[in-house]
Amino acid sequence: MIDALREALRLIFSLDPGVVEIALRSLQVTVSALAISVVIGIPLGAWLALGHFSGKKLVTALVYTGMGLPPVVVGLGVFLVFSRSGPLGDWGWLFTSAAMVVAQVIIATPLVMGVTMSSVAGINPDLRPQLRALGATPWQATWAQLIEARSGIIVGIVAGFGSIISEVGAVMLVGGNIAGRTRVLTTAIVLETRQGNFDIALALGIILLLLSFAANSALIVLQTRTGVPR
Amino acid sequence: MTAAPFYDLHHVQQSYNRRVVLRIPVLRVEPGEILGIVGPSGAGKSTLLRLLAFLEQPAQGAVTLHLDNQELTAETATIDQRRQIAMVFQRPALLRRSVRANVAYGLRVRGGRDHREQIDAALKQVKLDHLAAADAHTLSGGEAQRVALARALVLRPRVLLLDEPTANLDPYNVRLIESLIQQHLAAGNTTIMLVTHNIFQAQRLATRVALLLDGELVETAPVLGFFQSPADARTAAFVSGELVY
Ligand SMILES: Nc1ncnc2c1ncn2[C@@H]1O[C@H](COP(=O)(O)OP(=O)(O)OP(=O)(O)O)[C@@H](O)[C@H]1O
Ligand SMILES: [Mg+2]
Repeated sequence: MIDALREALRLIFSLDPGVVEIALRSLQVTVSALAISVVIGIPLGAWLALGHFSGKKLVTALVYTGMGLPPVVVGLGVFLVFSRSGPLGDWGWLFTSAAMVVAQVIIATPLVMGVTMSSVAGINPDLRPQLRALGATPWQATWAQLIEARSGIIVGIVAGFGSIISEVGAVMLVGGNIAGRTRVLTTAIVLETRQGNFDIALALGIILLLLSFAANSALIVLQTRTGVPR
Repeated sequence: MTAAPFYDLHHVQQSYNRRVVLRIPVLRVEPGEILGIVGPSGAGKSTLLRLLAFLEQPAQGAVTLHLDNQELTAETATIDQRRQIAMVFQRPALLRRSVRANVAYGLRVRGGRDHREQIDAALKQVKLDHLAAADAHTLSGGEAQRVALARALVLRPRVLLLDEPTANLDPYNVRLIESLIQQHLAAGNTTIMLVTHNIFQAQRLATRVALLLDGELVETAPVLGFFQSPADARTAAFVSGELVY
């Protein structure tokens, strides 16, 4: 056990190419997916919070349901869509990192959207007309409202990141854990543990924890920085 | 020298959830005046100001602003024209930023950058320069109200709509704000509407006064006549402090 830990630390500090490669791929897939989720989720979440349209309650309920979507089920759905006989089978995305990004986008977007929605809906409804009365355009007022809700939105982004960087079921299904192509931290940990390579598994696990920690810290710094009045 | 803007209201009606809360057959807000608007709680005073600010459109009738020889409505006014109007709300909602950033907001949305001097001057006017860097959400009610006034005054609006601007203030600050309102008018080209529960304030500041009762415009008269020889019995009752409906 101690030996495994010592070996794990050695693998990390010697920047073992195999370990680094897996960690970088994990980051690449998750950061791409998160970026797409943010671009989709924040505007839609804000629109759901501020807009008036029929069916708003239903859509809201759907978003909250999406926040609790079981990742494995998402993986299964994406798998079926991209499988050879599936509707998008021709794209040849199954067992590629593109399919993993798709699955992660589907998992993270409702989280980002739902948290944006509730934090934007939570700000003082009197604010918007007052900003308009000071000469803000509708877009400028919306932007100011998003800035007001920034702490909540950042929490949503962190939650989205945490949920997909550590997710294993969906990426295993649609990525296939192919060495050098779709193997990421979580799927590699499963494999190495099963094969008894506890040192490698532990090294990958520590990296996963560090990545989560680093991302959370960065966002918290960002959050306190934007929280300071200018 | 352009003339001060003025408003014309014709057969204006506003309703919420099918309940009519404001009915104004005719009202003219004269160029360069301070029109005081008084009336009991729920009479529709704030609703009237929101209509004048072009934040809402009337359910019926027309609210027309005459500005630099143009006739504008909530529908036709461009953003630059709307920016000649500023409104200070009854319950100020400030941004979760510094006091200075709040006063800067209206200037920033207009695309300008370095307004430090204007902002400092506006904060000094309302005696809040010592709180410029404070988080606006830590302010007292009266301080927040003065920030709300400063962020509107700094824009030098041609139409200034004030909803109870001194409701949370001590006598010293009431005097301060009243003199700022008068200074703003004296700077020229400006028309002001002032909603107040304080009839003495209306007496001190307004050139004319309008009484709203239960959504209805009862009487509009020059300030002296309004208080000394009101035409409507309900105005007389309101002025003498009786409950009128
Ligand atoms: N957005 C709204 N939705 C529904 N009803 C509203 C809305 N705004 C105002 N009302 C109603 O319209 C009526 C007039 O409200 P308004 O705020 O204009 O009164 P006011 O004269 O400003 O009162 P106060 O002196 O208490 O501020 C009230 O009965 C109020 O409940
Ligand atoms: Mg009111």
